[in-house]
Amino acid sequence: MSETNSGGREFADRTVPVILQINGIKHELQLEPRVSLLDALREYVGLTGTKKGCNQGACGACTVLVDNERINSCFALAVQYQDREITTIEGVAHSDQLHALQAAFIECDGFQCGYCTPGQICSAIAMFEEFKQGAPSAVTEHLAETEIEFSEAEIKERMSGNLCRCGAYVGIVEAIREAFDKEAAR
Amino acid sequence: MRAYLPDYELRVPKDLEEALAFLANEPGMWKPFAGGTDLMVLLEAGKLEHTKFFSVWNLAELRGIEVTDESVTLGALTTYTEVRRNSILQEEFPMLCVAARETGGIAIQNRGTIGGNIVNASPAADSPPALLAYDAELELLSSKGARKIPYKDFHTGYKQMKLRDDELLTGIRLPRTTKSLRHYYRKVGTRKAQAISKVCFAGVAKIEDESVADVRIALGSVAPIVLRCEKTEAVLRGKSVDERTISAARAALINEIAPIDDIRSTAKYRLRVAANLLEDFLKTVRDGELN
Ligand SMILES: Cc1cc2nc3c(=O)[nH]c(=O)nc-3n(C[C@H](O)[C@H](O)[C@H](O)COP(=O)(O)OP(=O)(O)OC[C@H]3O[C@@H](n4cnc5c(N)ncnc54)[C@H](O)[C@@H]3O)c2cc1C
Ligand code: FES
Ligand code: FES
Repeated sequence: MSETNSGGREFADRTVPVILQINGIKHELQLEPRVSLLDALREYVGLTGTKKGCNQGACGACTVLVDNERINSCFALAVQYQDREITTIEGVAHSDQLHALQAAFIECDGFQCGYCTPGQICSAIAMFEEFKQGAPSAVTEHLAETEIEFSEAEIKERMSGNLCRCGAYVGIVEAIREAFDKEAAR
Repeated sequence: MRAYLPDYELRVPKDLEEALAFLANEPGMWKPFAGGTDLMVLLEAGKLEHTKFFSVWNLAELRGIEVTDESVTLGALTTYTEVRRNSILQEEFPMLCVAARETGGIAIQNRGTIGGNIVNASPAADSPPALLAYDAELELLSSKGARKIPYKDFHTGYKQMKLRDDELLTGIRLPRTTKSLRHYYRKVGTRKAQAISKVCFAGVAKIEDESVADVRIALGSVAPIVLRCEKTEAVLRGKSVDERTISAARAALINEIAPIDDIRSTAKYRLRVAANLLEDFLKTVRDGELN
């Protein structure tokens, strides 16, 4: 099957059915397999909370959670994440109760323009999970360490994939620490 | 310039057989797409050579870390996060875990694969020096059958390698012979993670009666390929690690590598750093400090 677009360019309809589970809701989409997860979220599902910064893995604005793990959705193809639980910034709050990190970002001025914030928050949520699992990072002293201290060095290293053009880093680190301390105290 | 997306095609094979058929039926036309952490950067820059890709991400046959008495085999799709978290790798192949945790940020480590790092064939890649020092062997598969090749023979020139058009990399086999070795891995870059290396050094050595019973050394960013430095190793084997041996080894290494000037550093700096790392490696393993 082929069709012609208005520019006269010939191309076949190569769309395939893609089922994505996003924030607890099943979306049945018809996509070309080359569509990135980021574009699927923003352009096809209408969830524009996830941002596009560099579109090449360098900024972290597009960070989303897949089964509680963080990935850069600009790299990922939507078709690669069928049957997985995808969570975007739109899905982190519990009904009208903000996620602890969202509340902490507001309280600690963890942003200025806010463009990087959805990525920062999703990334930090996954980081909490990683701490629970005890996975070492580039600054963890021992490779096989499982009880990793929630130090400033660890936070900075583990959040280093998320850039903030506004330079709100002081507030971001403070917000993450505050939310983490609250969660640990619970 | 950015790429024009409709020029690109991507397919999702349902199994390994179908994936191999893409490669067999139109040789040279199709390329596998794994974590996309190299490919999507090239796409964004409009520098992708190929236009036809198939995703291998969901092929279970290329996943997982298999352990036997003799070896540990990483599926080509093993991610940096999986490497970083694996306790056998932490214990027996620590340099690979260090390389993994210093590669990009954690979101990159959740997508980027060891197989992609190898086949992308950047001379500045960070896992290959560790794999070379551990004497890794690659497992390749086509619809005609499987074969194995020592990793040290795989890269033949800048972005050139012994991977046929119809082949996939399926696994990376590491012999479990590292228990008596001392390991030393250093990545020199502008900042620890997230930076492409200026020089990367991986070395293992076995010291017996104060002399070098066994040694394997590999460096990144010092030649068109990631380089196993066998001539330098030969100078060291059987010698005691004294000032004379160290300066002979430094001289051998400087002859063996051929770094260039580029955006990240200069040839002069790289030669100096490589030789200094070699010296630090030798003193560290001699004095018994493990990595
Ligand atoms: C922000 C950022 C930081 C980075 N930092 C580092 C770093 O510090 N050190 C470092 O070494 N790298 C770094 N990288 C590069 C990158 O993450 C790795 O090279 C990665 O391992 C590639 O794996 P992939 O699965 O994403 O490969 P892809 O992009 O999917 O593929 C890369 C190449 O390998 C081929 N390929 C993939 N799998 C197979 C297979 N099974 N058989 C045959 N061919 C295959 C593809 O066709 C393609 O040519 C960084 C990348 C980014 C975006
Ligand atoms: S948009 Fe994905 S990392 Fe920048
Ligand atoms: S708040 Fe503006 S980019 Fe981070």
